[in-house]
Amino acid sequence: MSTSSLPGLLPELEIVRKDFPILERTFEGVPLVYLDSANTSQKPQIVIDTMVDHLERHNANIARAMHHLGAESTEAFEGGRDAVARFIGAPDRDEVIFTKNASEALNLVANTLMWARGDLQIGEGDEVVITELEHHSNIVPWQLLTERTGATLRWFGLTDDGQLDVSNIDELITERTKVVSLAWVSNMLGTILPIAEITKRAHAVGDHGRGAVVVVDASQAAPQLPIDLAAMPADERPDFLAFTGHKTVGPTGIGVLWGRRALLEQLPPFLGGGEMIATVRMEKSTYAGIPHKFEAGTPPIVEAVGLGAALDYLSHIGLDAIHAHEQAITGYALDGLATVPGLTVLGPLDATQRGGAIAFELDGVHPHDIAQVLDSQGIAVRAGHHCAKPAHARFGVQASTRMSSYLYTTPGEIDALIEGLEYTRRYFKLA
Amino acid sequence: MSTASLDSLYQDIILDHAKRKLNSGLREPYEAEVHHVNPTCGDEITLRVHLDGDVVKDISYENLGCSISSASVSVMTELLVGKTLEEVEPIHAAFLEMMRGKGQVEPDEDVLEDAVAFAGAAKLTARIKCALLGWMAFQDASAQAQSDTQKETDK
Repeated sequence: MSTSSLPGLLPELEIVRKDFPILERTFEGVPLVYLDSANTSQKPQIVIDTMVDHLERHNANIARAMHHLGAESTEAFEGGRDAVARFIGAPDRDEVIFTKNASEALNLVANTLMWARGDLQIGEGDEVVITELEHHSNIVPWQLLTERTGATLRWFGLTDDGQLDVSNIDELITERTKVVSLAWVSNMLGTILPIAEITKRAHAVGDHGRGAVVVVDASQAAPQLPIDLAAMPADERPDFLAFTGHKTVGPTGIGVLWGRRALLEQLPPFLGGGEMIATVRMEKSTYAGIPHKFEAGTPPIVEAVGLGAALDYLSHIGLDAIHAHEQAITGYALDGLATVPGLTVLGPLDATQRGGAIAFELDGVHPHDIAQVLDSQGIAVRAGHHCAKPAHARFGVQASTRMSSYLYTTPGEIDALIEGLEYTRRYFKLA
Repeated sequence: MSTASLDSLYQDIILDHAKRKLNSGLREPYEAEVHHVNPTCGDEITLRVHLDGDVVKDISYENLGCSISSASVSVMTELLVGKTLEEVEPIHAAFLEMMRGKGQVEPDEDVLEDAVAFAGAAKLTARIKCALLGWMAFQDASAQAQSDTQKETDK
């Protein structure tokens, strides 16, 4: 296929690539082919410059410094929050809480639910529902919660073609269900989950339409799918949404939890400390309103500023255009991978129904060895269980190799991967 | 990593051992069995040690892992089975020293024999754990086997 005719590619792909200085790297003359963006994305110059500028010219602690720099830093930090709110279409910008990553965001929800009293209280007889394709960060917090409260953990299984098996949804989501937590897009199989359908069902259970709390791990969705929470019908809108900054071309060390205001106000604090209080006496404290109630201590300030720049950058290119690009590259990659003898893709094979992470097995070569040989060709992929051991176990696989593209990925890089895999087969004398 | 360093990692002796997996399969009798995993990549090994007095009579194992981890345990069994614990100790120590030496340790071929082939893996942070998995499992199992044997003698 002539790659210039690939429909859906970003029209200014070469210009977009120039925004990412790291893509110029070579290793002993071999150019970098970065196909590990589901692990972490690369950073555009605007994010790097914005963070450097903040550190060089505006650095101060926020919300407590009575000087020029303090005001500038606070404004920049809260500007980051506004950018996040715009990016996900948050109904209310104060519903956006900064955490250190998506794991902390999910742990925040699980822990505060564990400590909640009243109608949010979770105990014996209650159930928490997750899925078999979750990242470990959306499994372990719920295991801890259910072990500590006596509640029961249940989960949706997967079909053989890597889709969520919703055939038993009425048995899984019942009046006993207190929480449903699930990924929007799988980091291993690429599967896109039916968030609206499951949220609607979860919100309808229980007495007086109390509904289960729905938590969505959007770590793999936020980089590549347009998200507009405010535009979702209320009964299909999750109650919480978590994602991490570094997969959306932002820095590490910052993640986001969006939560419905009424729930955030009802939940107890997570970490105690500075900035999350209204007043402190030796006997007892009262707490700040949201979002500060959940942001104890000095937050990752320059990271929030960088994340704001990152999300504005993605929005400037347009999430619809990025999504179309991802689908075009994913389709091209699936076609290419299908030509490699002994290669099996794990997960859905229709590019329009999946995200841009493609995990695969190659008969006769362990994923580590594949990744090692590809690295010698400048090609960066991930090998291992990708923090999704149960999903691997479901398909009887110990480990897999995963390529993941992003808005800067070219068809030529996919060609390099396919050639690299052919080279790997020859290297291990399979061809 | 260049193609040349790729070749120094995947030496023929490593690829050969990874394919043949000497002494693999779990066998009786044994005094200790351990299960070790590499949590970062999910590689696993179940390993048994059978001591006869102070002689390592058998090391049997089942593993799931890359060519480096499979070859490493295979080479290890070939090297250690039949030796006394006293003879095994310096070989084990030399292997650990080489693997943790960031590629700066010149391995002694008289002590390590075929295991010197893993000097290439020692230069790659990501592969050191692969090469050590079986050796750490053996260390654990032989310590357990010796303490059990000690208890038997004390009775």
